[in-house]
Amino acid sequence: MTPLQGCLLVSALLFAIGLAGAVTRRNAILALVGIELMLNAANLNFIAFWRYGPHPEALTGMMVVIFSIAIAAAEAAVGLALIIAIYRHYRTVNLDEIKNLKG
Amino acid sequence: MSLPFIIIAFVTLFAAAAAMSLRNLVHCALSLVVALAGLAALYLALDAQFVGFAQILVYVGAVAILIVFAVLLTRSDATPNQTILSPGWFTGIVVSAVVFATLGWAVLNSTGLPRETPPAPVATVKNIGDLLMTQYVLPLEVIGLLLTAALIGAVIIAMKEETPKSGSSRGNEAHSSIKLEPPHVGSCGSEKERGHS
Repeated sequence: MTPLQGCLLVSALLFAIGLAGAVTRRNAILALVGIELMLNAANLNFIAFWRYGPHPEALTGMMVVIFSIAIAAAEAAVGLALIIAIYRHYRTVNLDEIKNLKG
Repeated sequence: MSLPFIIIAFVTLFAAAAAMSLRNLVHCALSLVVALAGLAALYLALDAQFVGFAQILVYVGAVAILIVFAVLLTRSDATPNQTILSPGWFTGIVVSAVVFATLGWAVLNSTGLPRETPPAPVATVKNIGDLLMTQYVLPLEVIGLLLTAALIGAVIIAMKEETPKSGSSRGNEAHSSIKLEPPHVGSCGSEKERGHS
């Protein structure tokens, strides 16, 4: 197994863990944490392809990761603000009890 | 695959699994900190120093603190004896296992991946700054705009909405200030009358 494949496998497992958490946990904060883990798995993929790819001197993968970290920070801030607003309205962050828009 | 890489990867994955499966939310947040720090160490092991330190600054420093604050602000008493998983949890586990199996199969069987390890690239902060100021200056500006919008939006969303009581009292104030005007006009009129007399 080459180092690149090792990185990609770690990243795939991290993505699967994040996906499982985001889908199965009932707490809205932990769903957001799962989404953060999935974003980080994608970042690890970009860094791995940048490091072992044919043109690492172009720094393309690194630039994508820098912008992705900035966007993830903004996403976390807005998401947690939404969760706090939901908590103030419903007095819970349990995703199964927030069902006013459920069909 | 060097030994440090394997150790860091195991620590990261174990901490991520713990962050997704523990019952206590504060323990989850602390495991998440370990997982994010392990990812930063993985970036350092892959010769991406700037990204590794940015990861520590942004994720371990800011996002983890935000999550801890959200956990503390949304604490409710009803959690201890409730189940932590949603009703369809088995389907979710199966779906994520299928996703991992597909990704792992694709990674292990693909022939297009580069096989050899190139020499460590030079990614100094000067190079990154040069690129950010020349080739990537438009995305940089857009990111600045996005961060500003997200900052203002987060503050507005999380701001305490006015209770109806304070709104009605403000309405009363406005009403009373309107009401105050006729006596003023009347007094003006009486002054006029006085001057006329």
